[in-house]
Amino acid sequence: MQLVIVAGVLSIVVVLGSNIATTMARIGLTPGFGFLERAANFEIGEGMIAFRAGDSYARAITVGLLNTARISLLGCCLATILGVALGMMRLSGNVMLSGLVRWYVEIVRNTPLLLQLFFWIALAHALPPPRRAITLLDAVFLSNRGVYVPAIVISDLSLGAALVVVAVFGGWIWLVRRGWRQKRAGLSAPLPASLLSVLVVSAVLAASGAKIGVEVSAISGFNIRGGLSLTPEFAALLVGLTVKFSAVIAEIVRAGILSVRREQWDAARALGLRRGKIIRLVVLPQALRVITPLTTSNYLDLVKDSSLAVAIGYPDLMNVVNTTANTTGQAFEALLIVVLLYLSLNLAVSAVMNACNRTVALRGERPA
Amino acid sequence: MTAIEAARMPSRRLGRLWTRWRTGLFGTWLNSAITIIIGLLVLWLLPPLLRWLVLDATWQGTSADCLAQDGACWAFVAAKLRFIVLALYPIQLQWRPELVCLLLAILLAVAAMPRFWRRELIVGGPVVIFLCCLLMAGYPGPSRVSPNQWGGLPVTLLVWAVCFAVSVPLAILLSLARRSRMQALRLLAIGYIEFMRAIPMVAILYFATLMLPMALPAGLSTDKMPRAMIMISLFWTAYIAEIMRGGLQAVPIGQEEAAASLGLGYWRSMRLIILPQALRMVIPGLVNQAIGFLLATSLLAVIGIVDILNAAKAAATDPNWLGFYKEAFLVVAAIYFAIGYGGSRYSLWLERRLGRCGPH
Repeated sequence: MQLVIVAGVLSIVVVLGSNIATTMARIGLTPGFGFLERAANFEIGEGMIAFRAGDSYARAITVGLLNTARISLLGCCLATILGVALGMMRLSGNVMLSGLVRWYVEIVRNTPLLLQLFFWIALAHALPPPRRAITLLDAVFLSNRGVYVPAIVISDLSLGAALVVVAVFGGWIWLVRRGWRQKRAGLSAPLPASLLSVLVVSAVLAASGAKIGVEVSAISGFNIRGGLSLTPEFAALLVGLTVKFSAVIAEIVRAGILSVRREQWDAARALGLRRGKIIRLVVLPQALRVITPLTTSNYLDLVKDSSLAVAIGYPDLMNVVNTTANTTGQAFEALLIVVLLYLSLNLAVSAVMNACNRTVALRGERPA
Repeated sequence: MTAIEAARMPSRRLGRLWTRWRTGLFGTWLNSAITIIIGLLVLWLLPPLLRWLVLDATWQGTSADCLAQDGACWAFVAAKLRFIVLALYPIQLQWRPELVCLLLAILLAVAAMPRFWRRELIVGGPVVIFLCCLLMAGYPGPSRVSPNQWGGLPVTLLVWAVCFAVSVPLAILLSLARRSRMQALRLLAIGYIEFMRAIPMVAILYFATLMLPMALPAGLSTDKMPRAMIMISLFWTAYIAEIMRGGLQAVPIGQEEAAASLGLGYWRSMRLIILPQALRMVIPGLVNQAIGFLLATSLLAVIGIVDILNAAKAAATDPNWLGFYKEAFLVVAAIYFAIGYGGSRYSLWLERRLGRCGPH
């Protein structure tokens, strides 16, 4: 029986594969990944590493992958921050606040992400030109050429100083984690450790002559110079993903906090804890057990949904691979690459989130 | 508020409501502050919004009239509503997509009522959906309409219905395979589910446009729409199978053992004992997933199929009505929201109802 099934599946795969092979032969394509080294004659608007027409397809796909990773990472962080805040507001005693958040969540959740992205990109292109850019607090500029935010600029950084900074940061994380664990025994030392780290880092940087500054953009002539510039597509995609997933995370946070039973609050109050401490010490650790696994699948969705970038023209992985497939005709190989890369992105996110989950999961209880 | 305080509160309904609002808005000084801030925010944002939506809006006229005013251009919606809902379908035959929408709406309404959950629906539903496809294509008649001319709401609804109807039976088989005792079968099922769930739907749609024509035998080349439907069905199968697995796992093991001890074979025990209980448990989850799928059909726009979102976008590129994207998107958003919000309310209602008269 099993042999029959496996043989059946295998034969389907073989038939489909041979069909693809014959079609490719008919069009005159050679199967294989040789095309990756050929020169790509398209431009990519933005990326973390430079790309010009004439660079190889492999490099183009790398640029796309990095763009996907960048937007996903930023999207996850911002969506989490906004989502947690919204989830808290949804639970607030204020009827007006919780009602407002409720309708935000309902509207965002019940309209397609693609529609929201169309809306955001239309909004981004409808912004005024740089000369009349909308300015927030003289630091953030919104214009139809892009969004400009202040950038942290580090100059004249020597290798030794950089190593010291990394080492101090690692030590700080280790100390805080240790403090976190010992807090259960009544000890905690994250604050002095943080202060000490900041002091050491600034002393080392000052001694090595490195400069850290915040560079704010400014309008000059017909353009905006300085600071960190985000293209309209990137900004629209980031805002779209953040808004959509913050609504989902808000619901998860709300469900997680509501899953902590009423008696836990009452018991903590009976012990004389104040509201802030109840939330931090009693409710949150229990709620996180519900929240973390749900957030994991949410992050996975965010990574996958970042591929909607194709619809608004942000050069993410899917967009670049699609262009590659169209210009080379090697659709099979290109899609195989994209599938493998998304699989590995997913595995990476799952691995990180599972590690987080282990730290919040119930300890000392062995599953039966 | 403690239980004692709650018990002392006036029991009259109006009084309770009044108290709830008063404490909810001005209970503590923090609450009052929040209320005042939000109130100011609303007062600041509402008038311009209202002016745009209603007061300064243009209700009839041409695009020039709209451009003369600052507000929304509802004249555009009035003029292009037919295009947004039905897109390029030939005008003299437009009763067909209208009838399709009506039929699908009736099917949805009937399927939503637990009273009609009978064997007939399992057979009748797919038959109606199939008839809808034939009607759109005008199949046994002289005036055929190729899927390339389909568009708007009927496409969104039809793709949704067809793919869901195909996916559910496949997903049941897949979830059974996922729990099978046969190692090879189980591994294949796990591999398929994990593979499908790890890739974005956009990739699936590119498979449909780029790969499927290459993989199908030469004689079997079809239009873009059926190809997209095939791939989406295969994609959704994996998601539904995971929901089904949850239901199957929730059926106590004793049920299976009892069925076996009555002498029922695997298929009969699944069909008569296990699946009815499992399905009952997963229906609310399935409804939620179906809403997600409806929203996901909007991705058809990426491969150039004219679903309702794409039709709305195209409507705003009409030279006579150039650039009224906001209005077009608002209309479509309202349609999606109506179905999605209604569906999620329905799912909650169903959960309560099934929970009340369930086996427990």
